[in-house]
Amino acid sequence: MSYRFARAWLLAALALGLDAARAQQAADTTPPPSSGAPAGGTSSASSFNPALSLILSGTYANLSRDPDNYRINGFVASGDIGPGPRGFSLGESELGFAANIDPYFYGAANISITPDNEADVEEAFVQTTSLGRGVTVKFGRFFSGIGYLNEQHAHTWDFVDSPLAYQAFLGTQLNDDGIQVRWLAPTRLFLEFGGEVGRGRNFPGSDRNKNGIGAGSIFAHAGGDWGDSSSWRAGLSYLQTSPQDRTDDTTNLAGDAVTNAFSGKSRLWVADFVWKWAPNGNPSRQNFKLQTEYFSRRESGTLTYDTTGAAATDSYSSRQSGGYVQAVYQFAPRWRTGVRYDRLDSGSVDLASNAAFLAQVNARPSRVTWMADYNSSEFSRIRLQLASDRAREGKADNQVFVQYQMSLGAHGAHNF
Amino acid sequence: MRTSHVFSFLIALAGVAFVPAAGAALKVLACEPEWGALVQELAGDRASVYVATTAMQDPHRIQAKPSLIASARSADLVVCTGAELEIGWLPVLLRQSGNAAVQAGQPGNFEAAAYVNKLEVPTRLDRADGDVHAAGNPHIQTDPRNFVPVADALSARLAAVDSANAAFYQSRHADFAKRWAAAIERWQTQAAPLRGAPVVVQHKAFPYLQQWLGLTEIATLEPKPGVEPSTGSLTEVLGQLQQKPAKMILRAAYNDGRSSEWLAERTKLPIVVLPFTVGGSEKARDLFSLFDDTVARLLAAQK
Repeated sequence: MSYRFARAWLLAALALGLDAARAQQAADTTPPPSSGAPAGGTSSASSFNPALSLILSGTYANLSRDPDNYRINGFVASGDIGPGPRGFSLGESELGFAANIDPYFYGAANISITPDNEADVEEAFVQTTSLGRGVTVKFGRFFSGIGYLNEQHAHTWDFVDSPLAYQAFLGTQLNDDGIQVRWLAPTRLFLEFGGEVGRGRNFPGSDRNKNGIGAGSIFAHAGGDWGDSSSWRAGLSYLQTSPQDRTDDTTNLAGDAVTNAFSGKSRLWVADFVWKWAPNGNPSRQNFKLQTEYFSRRESGTLTYDTTGAAATDSYSSRQSGGYVQAVYQFAPRWRTGVRYDRLDSGSVDLASNAAFLAQVNARPSRVTWMADYNSSEFSRIRLQLASDRAREGKADNQVFVQYQMSLGAHGAHNF
Repeated sequence: MRTSHVFSFLIALAGVAFVPAAGAALKVLACEPEWGALVQELAGDRASVYVATTAMQDPHRIQAKPSLIASARSADLVVCTGAELEIGWLPVLLRQSGNAAVQAGQPGNFEAAAYVNKLEVPTRLDRADGDVHAAGNPHIQTDPRNFVPVADALSARLAAVDSANAAFYQSRHADFAKRWAAAIERWQTQAAPLRGAPVVVQHKAFPYLQQWLGLTEIATLEPKPGVEPSTGSLTEVLGQLQQKPAKMILRAAYNDGRSSEWLAERTKLPIVVLPFTVGGSEKARDLFSLFDDTVARLLAAQK
């Protein structure tokens, strides 16, 4: 998306005015009583502006290995992954708009503005509020409901970057254009079932010129409390995409750069579990969060080796897996610290006759990460992160990050 | 399974899920314990109440956790404070509930603060002032007089949502209103010696209580609303108190005790841990004992 587009969005945001907090208030409260409470709201047309929020973030990174040749060993390229640039860099600034559209629909958009002056529509969706019976339908562009972390915006992540498994299997985060249906069971235990169909334009799919559906997923979540102090959620998800000519830039056995293309089916299972604890359920002073996800993917179809040269096509199948586990502990009112361990298994890859050109890699990429952050309020955060990243072949990439994340405007409510 | 089998299974499942049990009680989700207790007073056994938070939790800082989404899913009525107290979690809860009846603006969505004259309505909205609420201070439950208009409105709302029991709610309300008015008289008489007492508060949680009993707030431990006190800010309060002494330090049961203890050690002031809501102390078991205990604790510290 172009710079002009970004500018148009920013202008629109300014034109809407910045009294979003008031708009939120006007939308959320019932009409004041006749007893005449001194209402703080204005009655101008701008009262109906959507709630507006702006996330400012930036990073300083010191990386011992060149991020330009970042690659997860044994896995096909999945998009724009890796630790980001060295030195100072602006992170993604995120502009969010949200409001009830009418008594039947809620709408939200999240536009991320990248440091190189491009705007990216992360989410722009409409969600029903009035179907009842536990049914919610969402359509437009949105983060898929698969896994746990996938639906969470980058500014709510507990680490600077996303888990290796998310980078390898979902190209960091899966958002698609499509429609999602969720049903919440009328039970004491939280039981939610959902399904999505979409365009499948992003990894592991690929954009296609096709009528119909390019990606489909189903997921189920269960959750509840263990006493007053802890709560949990567990989920199981399945994503199927049918990429066509999904390209992968790699090197062949001779060490020359080649581009391969895969067409076929990609099936991904994700299992996730989150447990949160706080004394008496009051997280103000102390709280703990344990989070883990496991991914397993099977791909089968055809691989064309060296699309611009030999163009040798033969069957291809792979079975790969990986996951991460992380724990974050708030030990004092403003301080948190956390550790994360990532591990992937390149598993088995059957290249058929293309094995004559391409290496059979048997890799176990891994990464160990530690972070500490200081939150002067719930709207600001400064973080230090150290990582030893063994995603690539050879020596570990020793990474140091300093990051800030600031949230302006409407008080966004976060997911569990 | 053939498709037709899957469909008949789903339809059967839906049938089980959606047929309401005969004579089932009205399902109420109360965001805070005081509203759960008020529903209990007004609806008795005609309502089954699920309370989202306990007195040991900070209602500003709750997460939209799965158990709460599940209870919002089945609720006929959601009773909350409003005034942005639950802004960090309730909107997510309602949106994910798939329950049309309890969305904002529906009869199944009740906000108590809408029926009360709010204090500390900010004249400017700036996060540099801390976690301020545009609609005013939301801790309305510390003044029992606020329960009068809220009970009036809530009783009418119960009758609107569950018209079959309207007469029952009306008679419970009349009974409650009578007992409540008498209790307010009693508390005010008991608390008369507290009038004018200078107090230090941990969080700006008690303006309604202060207004009711005529307490004078002379310092706040939190440098800004929602910002945890630091040693520096506490030292400042200590200096302030040397100029202008106070009688006691007030904090809510859910507040961490360390900063008030730090100050109490240096000033020899008594700390009054107020139950703040139902369940906040051993004795505060319902709305009446909540204020019995609140007044008793303040009087004990006054001596």
